[in-house]
Parts: sequence; C-alpha cells; structure tokens
Amino acid sequence: MIKVEGLTKRYARNVAVDNISFEVEKGQIVGFLGPNGAGKTTTMRMLTCFLPPTEGTAEVAGFDILESPMEVKKRIGYLPETPPVYPEMEVIEYLNFVGRIKGVPKSSLKSRIDEVIEKCAVGDVRNKEIGKLSKGYRQRVGLAQAIVHNPDVLILDEPTAGLDPNQIIETRDLIKGLAGGQHTIILSTHILPEVEATCERVIIIAGGKLKATDTVANLTSSLRGVESVAVEVLPRDGTGPAWPSDVQHRLEQVPGVARVVRRESKEDVAHFTVESLQGRHVRPDLAKAVIEGGWHLNELHAVSLSLEEIFLELTGGSHAGHHDESEPGEPVHETNPTEPAAVQSGEQQ
Amino acid sequence: MNTLTICRKELSSYFRSPIAYGVMAFFALIVGYFFYVAVVFFVRRHLESTMMGQSVPMDVDEWVVRNVLSNVSVVGLFLIPMITMRLFAEEKRTGTIELLMTSPITNIEIIVGKWLAALLLYLAMLALPLISLLSLFAFGKPDWRPLAVGYLGLILQGGCLLAIGAFVSTCTKNQIVAGVAGFGICLLLWVLDWVSSFDSSPLYRVISYVSVTSHYESFSKGVLDSKDAIYYLSMIVLGLFLTGRSMESMRWRA
Repeated sequence: MIKVEGLTKRYARNVAVDNISFEVEKGQIVGFLGPNGAGKTTTMRMLTCFLPPTEGTAEVAGFDILESPMEVKKRIGYLPETPPVYPEMEVIEYLNFVGRIKGVPKSSLKSRIDEVIEKCAVGDVRNKEIGKLSKGYRQRVGLAQAIVHNPDVLILDEPTAGLDPNQIIETRDLIKGLAGGQHTIILSTHILPEVEATCERVIIIAGGKLKATDTVANLTSSLRGVESVAVEVLPRDGTGPAWPSDVQHRLEQVPGVARVVRRESKEDVAHFTVESLQGRHVRPDLAKAVIEGGWHLNELHAVSLSLEEIFLELTGGSHAGHHDESEPGEPVHETNPTEPAAVQSGEQQ
Repeated sequence: MNTLTICRKELSSYFRSPIAYGVMAFFALIVGYFFYVAVVFFVRRHLESTMMGQSVPMDVDEWVVRNVLSNVSVVGLFLIPMITMRLFAEEKRTGTIELLMTSPITNIEIIVGKWLAALLLYLAMLALPLISLLSLFAFGKPDWRPLAVGYLGLILQGGCLLAIGAFVSTCTKNQIVAGVAGFGICLLLWVLDWVSSFDSSPLYRVISYVSVTSHYESFSKGVLDSKDAIYYLSMIVLGLFLTGRSMESMRWRA
C-alpha cells in the first residue's frame, strides 16, 4: 500500500530525513517511532505531498507522490500534529467543507459525514463551533476530517499528543477501530507504549535514519525469552550488616536463575535484579527462597522488556547501539521501565 | 467547483468574524460623509450661481458622482489590506494551510477561491454608497453611464489591490504584519503617481504609470480606456501569479 524508496529531505544545513526505505502492507497499523526531531513529521509531510523530497520517492496506494500527487492526495487522510480546524466553523460545516475539497461526491457526502460523526463520536457537538470544543473533541474532529473521504491510507502525526489519559485511550481505540482492513494507518509517536498498544508493526527512526522495521512482536520476542525480576527484601530482626549478601547468595541458588545483581542496599532494604535462564519461570521460587530464609519480601515483580530497551539500543541511548536488527541488550535495568504508563512523561503535559 | 467551495468557506468566515461588518460599517460612514459634503457643496454652488444671475452649467455627474467615486477609490486603498490580511496568514498560523495543500485541489483553485471571496466582500462594500448615489436619480437627471464606468473602475482597481494583498498575506504568518505591509504597498502604489508632476522624463512616466490611482482617473471621468482596463487586469494576474509562486515556495521552506 505504501512503498518508500530512498526518501531523503535535505535542508541547507541539515538532513532531516536520510535515505529511508520501507513498505507497508494494506490494512496494517504501523507505528512510526522516534524521538522528537527524528524526521517523523518531515517523512509524513513528504508522503502526503506537502513537502517535495530532495531525493527518492514513494508510492502510496499505487501512485507515485512525485508523478501523480493529485491521485495520492485523493487516497490519503492526514491528521497533522495540531488538527487543521477552523475555529469559527461548526463541526458539521467543517466536515462538509473538507468532504467537498477532498472530492467526496455530493450525493454521498451527507451519508459519509453521518458515518464519520458516528465513528469518531462527535455527534453531540455537531452543531458547536470547533473553537469552543475541548482538545479531545478537536482531535476527534481532526480524525473525522482525515477519514471523511474514506481514504486508503491514513497518516496521523502524534494523534494523542496533549490529550489526557482518558482521551488517549479513547483515541487509541478509535484508531484501532479504523484499521479493520479498510485503512492502512501510519501513526507517529515518540511514546513507546503507544506503539505497543496500537500498532502491529513498528518503524523506528532517529536522526533522520531508519533504525529498524519489524513487527512489534518480533522486535520484542528475542528479549522476551529472558525474564528479569525485581526483588525488594527487608531484613529479619537481629541480622548483621552482611544480610544483603546472604539474600543474594540464597537467590543465586534458586534453580533457573542466571544472575543476581544487587542494585542498592541500605541497612533496612535491599534491591536485586534477578535474571532467569531462557524460558524459566522463577518468580514463585524466588518468593519461597526469601520467605524460607526468614527475610521479609517487600516487593517482587517482572520487569517487562519493552520497546524502551530496543529503542535505547537503536537510537544510541545508554548503549551505543550499532545493530540494525534488535538483539537482546544487557537486560540490567538501572531504571524501572515496568509500567509503561508511568513513564509517559510526554503525555502528562 | 473547488474554487466555489473555497470561496464560500472564506466568505462565511468573513461574516463570522467582525472583519466584514467593521470594514463595511466604516466604509459606509466615510463614504456617506463624502456624499453629504459633495451634495451640499453642489447645492450651494448651484444656489450661488443662480443668485448671481449667471447660469453656469452645473453637472451632477461631474460635481457629485465623480467626486464621490474618486474618494471611494482612495478609501478602498485603506480598507483593502484589512480584507486580505487574513486570507493566507491565518491559515499558515493555525496550520490549516496543510489541510488545503494536502487535499486534491490545485493551488490555483485555492487562490482564485480566496481572491473571489475577498472580491465579493469588496463588492458588497461598494454596494453601500450605491444606495446614496442612486438617490440622485430621484432628484435629478444624472447620466447613468459615467456612474457605471466609475464602478467598473472601482471593481477593477479593487481586484488588483486584493490580488496584491493576497500575495502579501502568503508571505507571513502574522495577520498584522500582512495588514501593515499590504497597506504600505497600497499606499505606495497610490503616491507613485506624484512624481509625474516633476517633469515628464521617461523614468517618471514609467513610475507614475505603475501607480494604481493614475489609472482610475479616466474611469472616474466616465471614460472607458482600454489601456487602463488592461493595466488593472494585468495587475490582477500578476498579483495572483505572485501569490501562487509564494504558496509554492511554502512547500520548500516549510
């Protein structure tokens, strides 16, 4: 559905997008992942024929973006980072306008609008001025605008940026609901859990370069074999200062454990990260070991290996990564990327 | 078709913001005053000449219609930048230009649609003094032809300034900047005429030829001169062409 070949955008002083190639099949939801300034928006603008590429080209729905931009534009729905709405217009009027300029036939315009209003759940504000709507509603109107002409390809630039947690979940569900074989969707984000939550495939770019493209499952599966468990232990009464070493010793003896790393320990609390061997489930045994040793088990949870690791690796974060495909990095966690929702600082604004 | 869609959208946003009402109200006020002054002046002159026993032939067309129309053309210079300033600057600021430029419509359709909407608002504005001017027909026998030619001139002059204003609006994200720059250019095109009074060297003749107002003179006299009509039409094309080039350059600079 989308075929990108050597797409490059060069400005006078920097290269925003550097020789990117990838393909997206029909009906897929693809996450376009990268830190801010990675070239996501520029790539999307080139795909939507807003910016001309310096080199390379792309094919969208069978049409070349350079040779037949009009045909491409007819088949693309695009939601820029800020929804392109006219604040003085009413929702219904705005969708009517967009439907017309996107070339929806007059005979089916009304039914199309009713359909997208229903899909994007903006029925209760259809006669309100867009300028008076909340950000969440405005985003939904933006989505409605993008799908009003029933495009083959949907390009969404950070569709959840600036929304509150409830609105984020709603928007994600909405996007997932739109896929269903009808639309091929590319959405960009700098938030990892978003990709895990909504996308089937992921394209990672950083510094304008393509770092990886694979299914979300594939990218993480190599890491999934090894389980990493965080353990927090409190001392029993009347132990000497060497008690954390005792605990570590005990944990190392649990069958299936590959390595125990003591992260920090004070008088009254000790943290460990335990790595299991491939395919072993060690959490119940770890708990038993601590209890039987007479210590108090304060906390024990699996540290899921999220895209975060891959991401750091590929974008040269903590590990200077030079792999083109993901490999299990050293799963030692300085930070605690367990619950993805908790680290979405970008969404708290 | 798309042009009309854009035009309708643009027109409706004019009438949803205070711009259309503000511009029309001020225009009506100022032109109403001009008309009043012109009529009173005409009536006094007429009374004086009859009392003196001289019968100077007095012409309503010359004394009232021509005066009012020339003034209207100058007032237009001041108000047109206010009509055009938001055309593109606002879309650039809010990012809606991205919607237009990623839709399957051509730049020409967008530009002509917007220009047409601005022209329609300008026409609505011009209709206001027409009410007072037509009242002259109730009391006298003015010739309708100079009035029609004068109006044609106003429309052409307005169309040309609107095209230039549209171009200025594509150059910035800021409405105020677009308004001020547009006003500056309109003013300059007006006063370029002044150099013609120095002497008639070729340079001064060319400069004064570029002036918008110098071409309105013949229209206000009721003379339809193809030279002046062609000047306005080519300025309209030039303005819209520059708008198109400027819009195209947004793609490269964005």
